[in-house]
Amino acid sequence: MTGEQEFRGIESGPLFDRTWHIDRVEGAAVQGLKDTSVEPLSEPLIEVPDDLKGNLVVTSVDALVNWGRKSALWPVTFGLACCAFEMIATAMGRFDIARFGMEAFRASPRQADLMIIAGTVTWKMAPAIQRIHEQMAEPKWVISMGVCATSGGPYFGSYSVVPGVDHIIPVDVYVPGCPPRPDALLFGVMELHEKIKKYHNLRPGSRNVPGGTLAAENP
Amino acid sequence: MPFQALTGEALADRLAEAVPDSVERADGDCVWVEPSQIAITAQFLRDDPGLDFQFLNAISAVDFIDSFDVVYHLTSFRQQHKGVVKARLHGRESLSLPSVYEVWRGADLQEREVWDLMGIRFEGHPNMKRIMLWEGFDGHPLRKDYL
Ligand code: SF4
Repeated sequence: MTGEQEFRGIESGPLFDRTWHIDRVEGAAVQGLKDTSVEPLSEPLIEVPDDLKGNLVVTSVDALVNWGRKSALWPVTFGLACCAFEMIATAMGRFDIARFGMEAFRASPRQADLMIIAGTVTWKMAPAIQRIHEQMAEPKWVISMGVCATSGGPYFGSYSVVPGVDHIIPVDVYVPGCPPRPDALLFGVMELHEKIKKYHNLRPGSRNVPGGTLAAENP
Repeated sequence: MPFQALTGEALADRLAEAVPDSVERADGDCVWVEPSQIAITAQFLRDDPGLDFQFLNAISAVDFIDSFDVVYHLTSFRQQHKGVVKARLHGRESLSLPSVYEVWRGADLQEREVWDLMGIRFEGHPNMKRIMLWEGFDGHPLRKDYL
Protein backbone atom coordinates (compact mmCIF):
# COMPACT_ATOMS: atom_id res chain seq x y z
CA MET A 1 0.00 0.00 0.00
CA THR A 2 1.53 3.32 -0.99
CA GLY A 3 1.39 6.30 1.26
CA GLU A 4 -1.21 7.92 -0.87
CA GLN A 5 -3.47 4.87 -0.76
CA GLU A 6 -3.14 4.76 2.99
CA PHE A 7 -4.11 8.38 3.15
CA ARG A 8 -7.15 7.70 1.00
CA GLY A 9 -7.97 4.75 3.22
CA ILE A 10 -8.12 6.99 6.26
CA GLU A 11 -10.14 9.48 4.29
CA SER A 12 -12.71 6.99 3.10
CA GLY A 13 -16.28 6.89 4.30
CA PRO A 14 -19.12 9.34 3.85
CA LEU A 15 -18.06 12.97 3.78
CA PHE A 16 -20.46 13.84 6.57
CA ASP A 17 -18.99 11.25 8.96
CA ARG A 18 -15.44 12.31 8.19
CA THR A 19 -15.97 16.00 8.82
CA TRP A 20 -18.78 16.18 11.33
CA HIS A 21 -16.63 16.12 14.46
CA ILE A 22 -14.37 18.88 13.03
CA ASP A 23 -17.40 21.10 12.57
CA ARG A 24 -18.65 20.37 16.06
CA VAL A 25 -15.32 21.29 17.62
CA GLU A 26 -15.12 24.46 15.53
CA GLY A 27 -18.70 25.37 16.40
CA ALA A 28 -18.03 24.93 20.11
CA ALA A 29 -15.00 27.21 19.88
CA VAL A 30 -16.93 29.91 18.03
CA GLN A 31 -19.88 29.72 20.39
CA GLY A 32 -17.59 29.81 23.41
CA LEU A 33 -15.83 32.92 22.13
CA LYS A 34 -19.14 34.57 21.33
CA ASP A 35 -20.49 33.86 24.79
CA THR A 36 -17.41 35.22 26.57
CA SER A 37 -16.69 38.32 24.46
CA VAL A 38 -19.51 40.56 25.56
CA GLU A 39 -17.52 43.64 26.59
CA PRO A 40 -15.03 45.54 24.42
CA LEU A 41 -11.40 45.44 25.53
CA SER A 42 -9.60 48.62 26.45
CA GLU A 43 -6.59 50.09 24.67
CA PRO A 44 -3.59 47.79 24.87
CA LEU A 45 -0.77 48.53 27.28
CA ILE A 46 2.81 47.51 26.94
CA GLU A 47 3.84 45.59 30.01
CA VAL A 48 7.29 45.89 31.49
CA PRO A 49 8.60 42.83 33.38
CA ASP A 50 8.61 43.38 37.15
CA ASP A 51 12.35 42.78 37.55
CA LEU A 52 13.09 45.62 35.15
CA LYS A 53 10.73 48.13 36.70
CA GLY A 54 12.69 50.79 38.58
CA ASN A 55 16.03 49.28 37.68
CA LEU A 56 16.47 50.94 34.36
CA VAL A 57 16.06 54.47 33.19
CA VAL A 58 16.09 55.13 29.49
CA THR A 59 15.40 58.57 28.18
CA SER A 60 16.85 59.52 24.86
CA VAL A 61 17.10 55.85 23.95
CA ASP A 62 13.29 55.90 24.00
CA ALA A 63 13.29 58.24 21.06
CA LEU A 64 15.62 56.00 19.11
CA VAL A 65 13.76 52.78 19.91
CA ASN A 66 10.41 54.32 19.16
CA TRP A 67 11.70 55.82 15.95
CA GLY A 68 12.98 52.40 14.94
CA ARG A 69 9.68 50.75 15.75
CA LYS A 70 7.52 53.29 14.00
CA SER A 71 9.67 53.42 10.88
CA ALA A 72 9.37 49.73 10.07
CA LEU A 73 5.87 48.65 11.02
CA TRP A 74 5.33 45.47 9.10
CA PRO A 75 1.68 44.56 8.70
CA VAL A 76 0.50 40.98 8.57
CA THR A 77 -1.14 40.04 5.26
CA PHE A 78 -4.70 39.89 6.40
CA GLY A 79 -7.90 41.03 4.72
CA LEU A 80 -11.43 40.03 5.67
CA ALA A 81 -13.88 41.82 3.38
CA CYS A 82 -14.26 44.78 1.02
CA CYS A 83 -12.00 47.03 3.12
CA ALA A 84 -9.11 44.75 2.20
CA PHE A 85 -9.18 46.17 -1.31
CA GLU A 86 -8.58 49.66 0.01
CA MET A 87 -5.74 48.24 2.08
CA ILE A 88 -4.32 46.68 -1.09
CA ALA A 89 -4.73 49.99 -2.89
CA THR A 90 -2.84 51.63 -0.03
CA ALA A 91 0.03 49.28 -0.68
CA MET A 92 0.08 50.00 -4.43
CA GLY A 93 2.02 52.70 -6.23
CA ARG A 94 -0.45 55.58 -6.06
CA PHE A 95 -0.62 55.74 -2.28
CA ASP A 96 2.50 53.73 -1.61
CA ILE A 97 2.62 52.58 1.98
CA ALA A 98 6.33 51.93 1.38
CA ARG A 99 6.89 55.59 2.22
CA PHE A 100 6.35 54.58 5.86
CA GLY A 101 8.58 51.53 5.70
CA MET A 102 5.51 49.30 5.62
CA GLU A 103 5.61 47.74 2.17
CA ALA A 104 6.65 44.36 3.56
CA PHE A 105 3.28 42.72 4.23
CA ARG A 106 4.39 39.59 6.05
CA ALA A 107 2.71 36.28 5.38
CA SER A 108 3.60 35.09 8.87
CA PRO A 109 2.31 36.74 12.06
CA ARG A 110 5.66 35.93 13.69
CA GLN A 111 7.35 38.54 11.53
CA ALA A 112 4.71 41.24 11.75
CA ASP A 113 4.20 44.17 14.16
CA LEU A 114 0.88 45.48 12.93
CA MET A 115 -2.45 43.86 12.25
CA ILE A 116 -4.82 45.82 10.02
CA ILE A 117 -8.30 44.41 10.59
CA ALA A 118 -9.62 45.24 7.12
CA GLY A 119 -13.22 44.16 6.90
CA THR A 120 -16.19 42.53 8.55
CA VAL A 121 -15.30 40.29 11.46
CA THR A 122 -17.71 37.36 11.72
CA TRP A 123 -17.95 35.16 14.76
CA LYS A 124 -16.84 32.21 12.70
CA MET A 125 -13.63 34.08 11.80
CA ALA A 126 -13.08 35.45 15.30
CA PRO A 127 -11.10 32.50 16.74
CA ALA A 128 -8.71 32.66 13.78
CA ILE A 129 -8.16 36.41 14.25
CA GLN A 130 -7.56 35.96 17.93
CA ARG A 131 -5.05 33.20 17.27
CA ILE A 132 -3.14 35.22 14.67
CA HIS A 133 -3.02 38.16 17.07
CA GLU A 134 -1.66 35.92 19.80
CA GLN A 135 0.97 34.57 17.42
CA MET A 136 2.37 38.03 16.73
CA ALA A 137 5.41 38.92 18.81
CA GLU A 138 5.37 41.93 21.16
CA PRO A 139 5.39 44.83 20.61
CA LYS A 140 2.35 44.63 18.36
CA TRP A 141 -0.33 47.05 17.28
CA VAL A 142 -3.78 46.72 15.80
CA ILE A 143 -5.59 49.10 13.45
CA SER A 144 -9.32 48.57 13.07
CA MET A 145 -10.10 49.63 9.52
CA GLY A 146 -13.65 50.51 8.51
CA VAL A 147 -16.88 50.69 10.48
CA CYS A 148 -17.38 46.93 10.27
CA ALA A 149 -14.28 46.15 12.27
CA THR A 150 -14.87 49.10 14.59
CA SER A 151 -18.48 48.50 15.59
CA GLY A 152 -20.13 46.06 13.23
CA GLY A 153 -21.04 48.99 11.00
CA PRO A 154 -23.76 48.15 8.49
CA TYR A 155 -24.10 44.75 10.16
CA PHE A 156 -24.42 46.05 13.70
CA GLY A 157 -26.68 43.76 15.68
CA SER A 158 -26.39 40.97 13.16
CA TYR A 159 -26.45 37.37 14.29
CA SER A 160 -23.10 36.57 12.73
CA VAL A 161 -20.97 39.72 12.99
CA VAL A 162 -18.74 40.67 15.93
CA PRO A 163 -19.91 44.08 17.22
CA GLY A 164 -16.43 45.56 16.98
CA VAL A 165 -13.16 43.67 16.78
CA ASP A 166 -12.23 45.19 20.14
CA HIS A 167 -14.46 42.53 21.67
CA ILE A 168 -11.87 39.93 20.84
CA ILE A 169 -8.51 41.77 20.58
CA PRO A 170 -7.35 45.18 21.87
CA VAL A 171 -7.24 47.93 19.22
CA ASP A 172 -4.88 50.90 19.03
CA VAL A 173 -6.30 53.03 16.23
CA TYR A 174 -9.78 53.08 14.70
CA VAL A 175 -10.16 54.29 11.11
CA PRO A 176 -13.79 55.08 10.26
CA GLY A 177 -15.29 54.88 6.79
CA CYS A 178 -17.03 52.35 4.61
CA PRO A 179 -14.51 51.70 3.22
CA PRO A 180 -11.97 54.26 4.42
CA ARG A 181 -10.07 55.71 1.51
CA PRO A 182 -6.39 54.78 1.34
CA ASP A 183 -5.47 58.26 2.54
CA ALA A 184 -7.66 57.69 5.60
CA LEU A 185 -5.83 54.48 6.33
CA LEU A 186 -2.53 56.30 5.88
CA PHE A 187 -3.73 58.93 8.34
CA GLY A 188 -4.53 56.14 10.78
CA VAL A 189 -1.06 54.75 10.29
CA MET A 190 0.44 58.16 10.98
CA GLU A 191 -1.64 58.46 14.13
CA LEU A 192 -0.25 55.12 15.19
CA HIS A 193 3.25 56.46 14.54
CA GLU A 194 2.51 59.39 16.83
CA LYS A 195 1.30 56.97 19.46
CA ILE A 196 4.37 54.77 19.20
CA LYS A 197 6.62 57.83 19.54
CA LYS A 198 5.17 58.45 23.00
CA TYR A 199 5.99 55.04 24.44
CA HIS A 200 8.30 55.12 27.48
CA ASN A 201 10.35 52.00 27.31
CA LEU A 202 11.41 50.42 30.60
CA ARG A 203 10.62 53.44 32.75
CA PRO A 204 8.88 52.55 36.03
CA GLY A 205 5.21 52.10 35.35
CA SER A 206 6.01 52.39 31.69
CA ARG A 207 3.01 52.27 29.42
CA ASN A 208 1.67 54.12 26.51
CA VAL A 209 0.39 57.59 27.26
CA PRO A 210 -3.37 57.51 27.78
CA GLY A 211 -5.66 60.14 26.41
CA GLY A 212 -5.42 60.02 22.65
CA THR A 213 -2.57 60.39 20.25
CA LEU A 214 -2.59 64.05 19.33
CA ALA A 215 -2.14 65.81 22.63
CA ALA A 216 1.04 64.41 24.10
CA GLU A 217 4.58 65.62 24.08
CA ASN A 218 7.47 63.69 22.64
CA PRO A 219 9.63 62.16 25.38
CA MET B 1 -28.65 36.32 -27.86
CA PRO B 2 -31.10 36.64 -24.97
CA PHE B 3 -32.36 33.47 -23.36
CA GLN B 4 -36.00 32.73 -23.91
CA ALA B 5 -37.93 32.31 -20.67
CA LEU B 6 -40.17 29.24 -20.75
CA THR B 7 -43.56 29.77 -19.16
CA GLY B 8 -44.72 27.61 -16.31
CA GLU B 9 -47.52 26.21 -18.45
CA ALA B 10 -45.08 25.06 -21.12
CA LEU B 11 -42.96 23.32 -18.51
CA ALA B 12 -46.03 21.85 -16.86
CA ASP B 13 -47.18 20.33 -20.16
CA ARG B 14 -43.87 18.59 -20.67
CA LEU B 15 -43.70 17.43 -17.07
CA ALA B 16 -47.26 16.13 -16.96
CA GLU B 17 -46.50 13.69 -19.79
CA ALA B 18 -43.17 12.48 -18.45
CA VAL B 19 -43.62 12.43 -14.67
CA PRO B 20 -47.26 11.75 -13.76
CA ASP B 21 -48.63 13.51 -10.66
CA SER B 22 -45.61 15.77 -10.43
CA VAL B 23 -47.20 19.13 -11.29
CA GLU B 24 -49.16 20.95 -8.62
CA ARG B 25 -49.95 24.08 -10.60
CA ALA B 26 -48.36 26.49 -13.05
CA ASP B 27 -48.55 30.12 -14.04
CA GLY B 28 -46.87 32.36 -16.58
CA ASP B 29 -43.54 32.37 -14.76
CA CYS B 30 -42.98 29.08 -13.07
CA VAL B 31 -44.29 25.63 -12.31
CA TRP B 32 -44.94 24.23 -8.82
CA VAL B 33 -43.87 20.63 -8.49
CA GLU B 34 -44.88 18.07 -5.87
CA PRO B 35 -41.96 18.24 -3.36
CA SER B 36 -41.58 14.46 -3.11
CA GLN B 37 -41.20 14.29 -6.91
CA ILE B 38 -38.54 16.98 -7.23
CA ALA B 39 -35.57 14.66 -7.77
CA ILE B 40 -37.28 12.66 -10.53
CA THR B 41 -38.54 15.87 -12.10
CA ALA B 42 -35.06 17.35 -12.02
CA GLN B 43 -33.65 14.25 -13.71
CA PHE B 44 -36.20 14.62 -16.50
CA LEU B 45 -35.60 18.35 -16.89
CA ARG B 46 -31.91 17.75 -17.27
CA ASP B 47 -32.00 14.72 -19.58
CA ASP B 48 -34.91 15.55 -21.89
CA PRO B 49 -33.35 16.71 -25.18
CA GLY B 50 -36.09 19.30 -25.73
CA LEU B 51 -35.65 20.92 -22.33
CA ASP B 52 -31.98 20.10 -21.73
CA PHE B 53 -31.57 22.02 -18.48
CA GLN B 54 -27.92 21.12 -17.92
CA PHE B 55 -27.25 24.15 -15.78
CA LEU B 56 -28.64 24.92 -12.35
CA ASN B 57 -28.33 28.64 -11.73
CA ALA B 58 -29.44 28.75 -8.14
CA ILE B 59 -31.45 27.13 -5.42
CA SER B 60 -33.13 29.50 -3.05
CA ALA B 61 -36.05 29.48 -0.67
CA VAL B 62 -38.82 31.94 0.19
CA ASP B 63 -40.64 32.14 3.51
CA PHE B 64 -44.41 32.73 3.24
CA ILE B 65 -45.04 32.29 6.99
CA ASP B 66 -47.38 29.30 6.56
CA SER B 67 -45.38 27.71 3.77
CA PHE B 68 -41.98 27.74 2.09
CA ASP B 69 -41.14 27.76 -1.61
CA VAL B 70 -37.89 26.17 -2.72
CA VAL B 71 -36.97 27.78 -6.03
CA TYR B 72 -34.80 26.23 -8.75
CA HIS B 73 -33.58 28.48 -11.56
CA LEU B 74 -32.53 26.45 -14.60
CA THR B 75 -30.84 27.32 -17.89
CA SER B 76 -30.14 25.41 -21.07
CA PHE B 77 -27.23 26.82 -23.04
CA ARG B 78 -27.84 24.55 -26.01
CA GLN B 79 -31.54 25.36 -26.29
CA GLN B 80 -31.00 28.96 -25.23
CA HIS B 81 -33.87 28.99 -22.79
CA LYS B 82 -34.42 29.18 -19.05
CA GLY B 83 -37.11 28.12 -16.62
CA VAL B 84 -38.15 28.32 -12.99
CA VAL B 85 -39.34 25.34 -10.97
CA LYS B 86 -40.67 25.63 -7.43
CA ALA B 87 -41.64 23.20 -4.70
CA ARG B 88 -44.01 24.32 -1.98
CA LEU B 89 -43.59 22.93 1.52
CA HIS B 90 -46.35 23.51 4.06
CA GLY B 91 -45.76 24.15 7.73
CA ARG B 92 -42.68 25.43 9.55
CA GLU B 93 -41.18 22.48 11.42
CA SER B 94 -39.00 19.61 10.15
CA LEU B 95 -39.35 20.50 6.48
CA SER B 96 -37.58 18.33 3.96
CA LEU B 97 -37.59 17.37 0.33
CA PRO B 98 -35.35 15.17 -1.86
CA SER B 99 -31.94 16.50 -2.82
CA VAL B 100 -31.07 17.16 -6.47
CA TYR B 101 -27.37 16.71 -5.72
CA GLU B 102 -27.25 13.57 -7.88
CA VAL B 103 -28.67 15.52 -10.84
CA TRP B 104 -26.70 18.76 -10.58
CA ARG B 105 -23.52 18.65 -8.48
CA GLY B 106 -23.76 22.42 -8.15
CA ALA B 107 -26.64 21.86 -5.77
CA ASP B 108 -24.23 20.69 -3.08
CA LEU B 109 -23.33 23.98 -1.44
CA GLN B 110 -26.61 25.70 -2.28
CA GLU B 111 -28.72 23.08 -0.57
CA ARG B 112 -26.51 23.38 2.48
CA GLU B 113 -27.03 27.14 2.39
CA VAL B 114 -30.81 26.72 2.28
CA TRP B 115 -30.59 24.36 5.25
CA ASP B 116 -28.33 26.76 7.12
CA LEU B 117 -30.39 29.90 6.65
CA MET B 118 -33.93 28.62 6.05
CA GLY B 119 -34.00 25.29 7.85
CA ILE B 120 -35.16 23.08 5.00
CA ARG B 121 -33.43 19.69 4.89
CA PHE B 122 -32.58 17.92 1.66
CA GLU B 123 -32.86 14.14 1.95
CA GLY B 124 -30.10 12.21 0.20
CA HIS B 125 -27.59 15.03 0.33
CA PRO B 126 -24.21 13.51 1.29
CA ASN B 127 -23.12 16.29 3.64
CA MET B 128 -26.21 17.99 5.04
CA LYS B 129 -24.84 20.43 7.59
CA ARG B 130 -24.44 24.15 8.10
CA ILE B 131 -22.20 25.90 5.62
CA MET B 132 -21.78 29.53 6.73
CA LEU B 133 -22.79 29.62 10.36
CA TRP B 134 -21.10 27.44 12.94
CA GLU B 135 -22.39 24.18 14.34
CA GLY B 136 -24.37 24.90 17.45
CA PHE B 137 -25.89 28.10 16.10
CA ASP B 138 -29.45 28.43 17.30
CA GLY B 139 -32.13 28.79 14.63
CA HIS B 140 -32.16 29.63 10.93
CA PRO B 141 -31.65 33.36 10.52
CA LEU B 142 -33.32 34.06 7.17
CA ARG B 143 -36.67 32.81 8.40
CA LYS B 144 -39.20 35.54 8.97
CA ASP B 145 -39.75 34.55 12.59
CA TYR B 146 -36.03 34.77 13.45
CA LEU B 147 -35.17 37.68 15.70
S1 SF4 C 1 -16.64 48.98 6.46
FE1 SF4 C 1 -17.71 48.94 4.49
S2 SF4 C 1 -16.09 48.54 2.99
FE2 SF4 C 1 -15.27 47.98 5.02
S3 SF4 C 1 -15.69 45.79 5.24
FE3 SF4 C 1 -17.42 46.91 6.15
S4 SF4 C 1 -18.92 47.05 4.50
FE4 SF4 C 1 -16.94 46.55 3.55
